Amino acid sequence: MAADSVEREILIEASPEIVWGVITEPEQISRWFSDEADVEGRVGADGTLMWRPGGRGGRKELETIAPIRVVEAEPFRRFSFRWSHPQGAAPDASNSALVEFTLIEEAGGTRLRVLESGIGAVTHDEQSKTQYLEDHEHGWEKHFGELVDYVASKTHEATL
Amino acid sequence: MTATAVAEDDALWAAVADPTRRRVLDALLECGEASTTTLAEGMPVTRQAVAKHLAVLDRVGLVAGRRRGREVRYTVRPERVDEAAEAMARVAAQWDRRLARIKRLAESVQAEARIDL
Repeated sequence: MAADSVEREILIEASPEIVWGVITEPEQISRWFSDEADVEGRVGADGTLMWRPGGRGGRKELETIAPIRVVEAEPFRRFSFRWSHPQGAAPDASNSALVEFTLIEEAGGTRLRVLESGIGAVTHDEQSKTQYLEDHEHGWEKHFGELVDYVASKTHEATL
Repeated sequence: MTATAVAEDDALWAAVADPTRRRVLDALLECGEASTTTLAEGMPVTRQAVAKHLAVLDRVGLVAGRRRGREVRYTVRPERVDEAAEAMARVAAQWDRRLARIKRLAESVQAEARIDL
C-alpha cells in the first residue's frame, strides 16, 4: 500500500449484486457519497459529484463540485474511479485521487474494501503539481512514508 | 472542516509537494539537525535555493530553525508532521462513514428483496 493511501473495509449482509448497485448507481451514490451524482457506471464515463452547502460532508459555506471518471467497472467485483481532478482536465496520477472498490463474496454477505490513493495529489496548487510531475522517481509516497514512520517512532519513544 | 483548516492543509501539502523540499525534509529526518550549508552539500542545488526551501518549510511549521553561534540549525517539527498524519486519518474516517452508509443502504435493499421472494 502506498503511503499516501487509505484502505478500509466493511462486511455487509447483502449480496455482491446489491452492493454493486449501491456503489455504482447514481441515485444510490447520492445517498452515501455526494448529495448529487451524475455519473454512469461504465469504464471511461466522466461525471460530476456535487455537495450542497451544509449537506453531507461538504463545506458549510459553499457548494463543492468534483469531477469523477470511471476507470474500471467489472460487475459485482471491482469498481474504480479517479476524482478531484481540475474541471476539464484529464485525470491522472498527478492531479487526482484513485478510489478502488473490491467486492468479495463471503458467507452471509460481501466484504467491501476501498483503497483511496494519491490523496496528496489532489490538494496541490498548479505549480507544485508540475513539480510533482517532473519528479516521478523521488515520489511523495516515499516521503510521506518516512514522515509517518518518523511520527510512529516519536510516539513510540514518548510512550516508553 | 473549516475553510481555514482546508487552507492550512493545502499549504502543508503544497509545501511537501516540491521534490527538493522533500529531499530537504528527508535529509533533516536522517541527520536530526543541520545547517543550510550542510544540507546544500548533499544536494544538486545552491545554498540559496536550500535556504528558500527551508523558509517555506518553516512558514508551514514543518521545520524550526535555532541559532547556534554563527549559523542556524534546522530540525523537523514532529507535531506538524503529526498533523499531516492526522489529515490522512481524516480521509480514513470519511471512508468509514461512507462505508457505513453503503452497508445500511445495501442491507435495506437486501431485506426488501427477501420479502419479495
